[in-house]
Parts: sequence; structure tokens; C-alpha cells
Amino acid sequence: MGGHLNINHLMFLGHGALWTIGLSMIALIGGGIVGFVIALARISPLKSVRIASAVYVQLIQGTPLLVILFLGYFGLAAIGLKVSPLAAAGASLTLYVAAYLGEIWRGCIQSVPKPQWEAAEGLALSRTQRMMKVILPQAIRIATPPTVGFMVQIIKNTSLASVVGFVELMRSGQIVNNSLFEPFAIYAIIAVVYFAMCYPLSLFSQKLERRMGRGRSNLAPA
Amino acid sequence: MQQNLSSSDPIVSLRDVQKSFGPLRVLDGVSFAVERGEVLALIGRSGSGKSTALRCIDRFEKVDGGEIVVCGHRVDRPDVDLRALRQDVGIVFQSYNLFPHLTIEQNITLAPCAVKGMATSRARDLARKVLAQVGLEEKLHAYPEQLSGGQQQRAAIARSLAMQPKVMLFDEVTSALDPELTAEVLKVIEQLAADGMTMVMVTHEMGFAKGIADRIVFMHRGKVHETGPASILTSPTTPELTQFVGTGNLKS
Repeated sequence: MGGHLNINHLMFLGHGALWTIGLSMIALIGGGIVGFVIALARISPLKSVRIASAVYVQLIQGTPLLVILFLGYFGLAAIGLKVSPLAAAGASLTLYVAAYLGEIWRGCIQSVPKPQWEAAEGLALSRTQRMMKVILPQAIRIATPPTVGFMVQIIKNTSLASVVGFVELMRSGQIVNNSLFEPFAIYAIIAVVYFAMCYPLSLFSQKLERRMGRGRSNLAPA
Repeated sequence: MQQNLSSSDPIVSLRDVQKSFGPLRVLDGVSFAVERGEVLALIGRSGSGKSTALRCIDRFEKVDGGEIVVCGHRVDRPDVDLRALRQDVGIVFQSYNLFPHLTIEQNITLAPCAVKGMATSRARDLARKVLAQVGLEEKLHAYPEQLSGGQQQRAAIARSLAMQPKVMLFDEVTSALDPELTAEVLKVIEQLAADGMTMVMVTHEMGFAKGIADRIVFMHRGKVHETGPASILTSPTTPELTQFVGTGNLKS
């Protein structure tokens, strides 16, 4: 016990940081795919689909991520499904991210001006063609800055996966601290690493937003 | 619902059309017909129902009652084939509504390729042809935001023409433009009329309506209040139309 922070500890933390990135990627890709479906479901012409997706979004947004993680890990175990910490954390984060991205993207799709829909309709394009060729390309431009901004939230929120025993950056810090008892130094290192992952994304998001602002002003009628 | 269409049938016919937005009755028994090759101008005050009547023709509004037949399509029925209807009907809006992420050429070729399955090379030739018709050949590869309002509106007309519609609807297409740009758009519409295109236009340009329209429909409080040849603008019979054209609307 005791001892000093050495290269092995740092390697262990680095390994945890890689898993933080890995879990973030899983959450972003899984959540992105499910979230895209949610966004489309929220504006479906079918009322039942709209209601079902709205209920999903409300349920997830009204539940702490910590609780969702516990439900994913212990809940599934309680009904006899043994899941690994990675699977539980990945699935829980996917459900969580999908609700938020779905809602962000729904807003972006709906912020494409209604006359754009009408012009596409007037040209006899089918609903799918209107969506794919006219609305989504414009919605993606609007959606990029808030989506990149939300990725920062995802990275930070993966730290909660430590509670189900998944060894990402936060959990690896706890483990190192258990042997060194230097909580301030270790958590300071961890904070710096999180910051180093998130800050570039924040900057990128701000830059995108500024660029969007310029693009918008160009779109004003001449 | 496509019915057999004989050449003598009107292209567009509205019979006793009713439409309310909530408690507000916007169309109260509107009837008129547009023959092949005819230019009909819908005029009236803001809120008289003229734009709603136009939008009902392309089923951007569903009617509450009455009958609308457009190129043989029963537009008032719920089972109308909307995509078939909209291949026969072209519509141009006040706010142009070009797709900002596409070049003018892509704006024009999108629907012929996606809806009619036209080959890209043929669609490109078509784009050049319709752009020449509106005098914008040199803007083929420009984006909408690089064009003036008048140019955007002409490009929107070209986009609509590329679908080779049987009838064109114009919804206050010059209301957002200054007089000079208005003139260049009206010139394009005049040329279309001369080429025999069937057109229904909602317009506030009384001088233009007088010059181009075969028939005027003056709407007032959701009803067709007075209708007749363009000469009714200079010798109206109802006090409402007299007042409407007398308030400085008629530019000579």
C-alpha cells in the first residue's frame, strides 16, 4: 500500500481514458442510430407512433442516467439476464443518448421552414424523397453544432458507468486511488484528462455555430 | 382518381367549395372554372380567400365541402392520388422556396429525376432549356442565395416548368419584389401565357392582371363576388370591386 504515482498508474489511467472514448463512441453511434429513428417517429404522420416516441423521450429525460445504469445492470440481472458492465453501460447510454439526440434532431428537422416542405410536395416528391433530398440535408446543417455540443455531455456522462463496475477513466482513477490514497492529485489528473477530451469539442461546436450564423445571414432574401 | 378527360372539359373546376379555419369561414361556396389555355386572375383584398382557393386546387388545403376537379383528378376526395395531381399542376410561391442546399440546376433536375425517373443527362438538358425560357441560362451552377429575388423567382418558375405541368398556379409571386424585379418576373409569365400555358394566378398587380388575364375572379368575404373578362376592372358593376380597383390598385 502507499507508494508513489508511477508510470504503471498512468498507463492504467490511460487505459481507462481509452475506454471512456470507446464507451462514448458506442453511446454516440448507438444513440445516434436509435435517436434518428426517434426523431422521425416524433414527426410521423401516424399519431400512435408520435405518442409512443414522445412517451419514450419523456420517460428517459425524466430519469437520472445513474438510475438508468442501475436498472440496466441490476435490473436485467434480476430477471435472469447476466450482462457485462460494458454491455449494460453501452445499452443504458444508448437509450439515454437516443432520447436527447432524437429530440434535438426533431427540432432541427422542424426548423427547416415549412414552405420548403410545400415546395417539395408541389413538385410531386414522395414523403421519403422530401425528407431525404430536401429536408434532411438542410436539417443536418442546423443539427451539427448542437450535436457536437451534446457529445461533450456524453463524454462526461460516461463517468457514471463506473458505478456498475465498468473500468473507464473515472473508475480507473478510483482504483488507483485505492492503492495510493492521494485523491486530490489523482482526481485532478482525471479532471484534466476529461477537460482535454471535451474542450476541443466545445471549441469545435462554437466554431460551427459561428459559421452557421454567417450562413444564415446569407440566406436572407435579396 | 383519374377520370377520362375530354379536351373540352375545364382543366380546373371548383363547384360550391367550402372551407373554414376553425370558426372562420374562408371559402363560402366558391365556384369557377379554368379552360385549357386560359389565364385566370384571382383578385381581392387580403383575407378574401383568394390564396386559400388557389391552394385548394393543389390540395395544400383540404376542403370541407364542394367539388374540385383538376386535370381529371377529384381533388376534394380523400383518395386523390396526390403525386399524380402534383405532376399535372405546377405551383410557384411568394417566397420562391428554392432549395438552398442545391444549385439551380439541381433544384430543377431533382423532381424530374426523382419523380419521373428521368436520366440525369436528359434532366440537365431540360434544366438548360427551362432556364433559357426564363432568361437565366448563366445561373445554372449558382446557388439560390447568390441570385436576386427576381432571379430566384424566375428559377422557381423554371423548376416548376421542368415537370411539364398542364396548369400553373402562381400565389402572389411578385409580392416580395420591388417594381423592377416584379417587371422581369411578369415578363416571364407573359411569355408563358403567350405560349398557351393554362394559369391561375393570385395577384395584386392589377395592371398586369388586366393585360394578361382572360378572366378575372374578384373574391370578397370568401365568395366569388364578381367575375368576367379583364374589362370588369375598368368598368366594375359591384360597389365592392369599384372600391377595390378605385383605391389605387389599378396601375395603367
